[in-house]
Amino acid sequence: MLLIGRDCGEQTSGRVSPELPDESWALLVMTYDIAIDGNHHRLELDHVEGGWTCRLDGREIAVDAVLARPDVLSLRMDNKAYEVKCERVGGDMHLWVGSVRYAAEVRDPRSLRGRARVEDDHGPKKLTAPMPGKVVRILVSQGTQIEAGTGVLVVEAMKMQNEVKSPKKGTVQKILVMEGAAVNAGDVLAIVE
Amino acid sequence: MFKKILIANRGEIAVRVIRACHEMGIAAVAVYSDVDRASLHVRKADEAYPIGPAAASESYLNVQKILDVAARSGADAIHPGYGFLSENARFARACADAGVKFIGPTAAAMDAMGSKTRARQAMERVGIPFVPGTSRGLESFEQAEQVAERIGYPVMLKAAAGGGGKGMRLVHAPTELKSALEGARSEAERSFGDSEVYIEKAIINPRHIEMQILADEHGNTVYLGERECSLQRRHQKVVEEAPSPVVDADMRRRMGEFAVRVAQAAAYTNAGTVEFLVDQQKNFYFLEMNTRLQVEHPVTELVTGLDLVHLQIRIANGERLPFTQEQIQIRGHAIECRIYAEDPDNNYFPSPGKITLLLLPSGPGIRRDSGMYEGWTVPMDYDPLLAKLIGYGTDRDQAIGRLTRALNEYFVGGIKTNISLFRRILSNPDFRAAKMDTGFLDRLLKHQNVSAEVQTDSHAAEVAAIAAGMFALLGQAAAGAGERAVIADSPGKRPEPSNWKNAAYREGLR
Repeated sequence: MLLIGRDCGEQTSGRVSPELPDESWALLVMTYDIAIDGNHHRLELDHVEGGWTCRLDGREIAVDAVLARPDVLSLRMDNKAYEVKCERVGGDMHLWVGSVRYAAEVRDPRSLRGRARVEDDHGPKKLTAPMPGKVVRILVSQGTQIEAGTGVLVVEAMKMQNEVKSPKKGTVQKILVMEGAAVNAGDVLAIVE
Repeated sequence: MFKKILIANRGEIAVRVIRACHEMGIAAVAVYSDVDRASLHVRKADEAYPIGPAAASESYLNVQKILDVAARSGADAIHPGYGFLSENARFARACADAGVKFIGPTAAAMDAMGSKTRARQAMERVGIPFVPGTSRGLESFEQAEQVAERIGYPVMLKAAAGGGGKGMRLVHAPTELKSALEGARSEAERSFGDSEVYIEKAIINPRHIEMQILADEHGNTVYLGERECSLQRRHQKVVEEAPSPVVDADMRRRMGEFAVRVAQAAAYTNAGTVEFLVDQQKNFYFLEMNTRLQVEHPVTELVTGLDLVHLQIRIANGERLPFTQEQIQIRGHAIECRIYAEDPDNNYFPSPGKITLLLLPSGPGIRRDSGMYEGWTVPMDYDPLLAKLIGYGTDRDQAIGRLTRALNEYFVGGIKTNISLFRRILSNPDFRAAKMDTGFLDRLLKHQNVSAEVQTDSHAAEVAAIAAGMFALLGQAAAGAGERAVIADSPGKRPEPSNWKNAAYREGLR
């Protein structure tokens, strides 16, 4: 949650609504580092006299926005209308513009917190559950040499059995689950080295 | 008329039957497993009873528990929906013994049709055309080898008790036969508790077309026209339509009359469906009879103007069919999309989870039969069908246009669904030209999702960036039913804003 006035401190002038306490009302001026499908943008959002302006990568864009309901923004830019849906699952944020889905990461650049995730093809590879379900079968034993694409175990959910395959050639270093175990999406099932 | 009906099912079909009950002034009783307490069918029913753990075998498939609820609630009839106990003759018999009317065919008719091998034997006797193969289960691998050799490869192995593509294997060559037979047997055993498998000649790239029939308990049987169900993946139907673009009036009459004969041969009553395979020369072969209401029944309802669930209930109540064959007319065109909780980017794996945002289509020619709602967590224990979206139009093109428009309005957030797949199908030139067969979807999916989702607007990514910033700025005030982690753990975290502050933020957005 980002705060207006206190954390940002850029501008605190503007209208003060009589029925609201003083400190509650402030102009929203924020700068974000936003990654859309991995492409980084610098976004400055300003509130000006009943509307919004924003600078995206230094370019000024006039935008009119209405929060239609939680997680749904109606945006107007250059008279074009967009319905933008926000999907939040387990710490990830996706935005849908029409029927196109974008992965979004939002950072306040002043924060020291970084969320760099580097994909690494070398070293041990974790096999994770693609969905919540039950481990119905383990197809290889620890120590087995396998090829990329070899099925390692079978997870069942919603009447469907799905083989979890090794992403690389290597040795099955560890199997971390037993047959019959209930697993959640993302749980590490096995490690291939 | 019945006073109270128990619905021995869950999900969208339970909701659909509850609605029919209420439309007819009948009270509806729901049953639910431990993971379904929050499901929509429980909310819509007049009474609801828990029947045990998530595992279907201990709840929705447990005959005794369901009959106990029928007795406790005083229900005078049971509607089984589809799946679960709907084609279980033992259950139909147990209902009869308990003095509760089973809304469906008799146990004897189910016995005759429920096993694919027995159905074939019955059909042979009345001269119905069917695909060459065995009408009995295979006894050994050697026998399978001989039969396959005689009818010629490719062959299809099928579970006698089967359905939904479980226990089915396509075999191209003798070398594949052994492992396919073992695979089909063990899958049949796992899915149906019956490992009987039979063999048929595989017709390559057939169409799958089925005929809806209705039979009352006074000897009247009619057909309500066909449904084209050729769009399948892993032998599961994905898109269905009525009428079939390749069936003309004469073919419809011939298929319909065959279907009626099939039903009469089994002394069939209530609603049923006779499935046919249709080859490229439009020869049709009897495939099997489904002794239940089908998932795709709404497309028939839209083009005939009839309500099949109402009619099922009236037939079970002993009424005569209120129309003759000549009075049934097909008007317009209807197409159904089965919305599944599946991840298109991950080989259509099931994707259970919480629905954080749900935006619903409406408007002319759109019907939505759904079992989901915003904030509900889709359990991982059952079939991933969430809802059915059906488009109706004066003709096929208009139905496609309406359905496409409605798919663009439909948004299910928080879980993955196959909605994007339908956009690809509906915009595909072959689909538009009605050039379909059961291999259509596999071929479509082999091609990567190239430019199906053409970005109509080059600014879309910019729009996303701006909206992302706004959502972050608005924080909790703009967050729906999803997990709040994304924004709640952002820097500068502070206590929940109060309502008036939320209002102020919203105001500030205008």
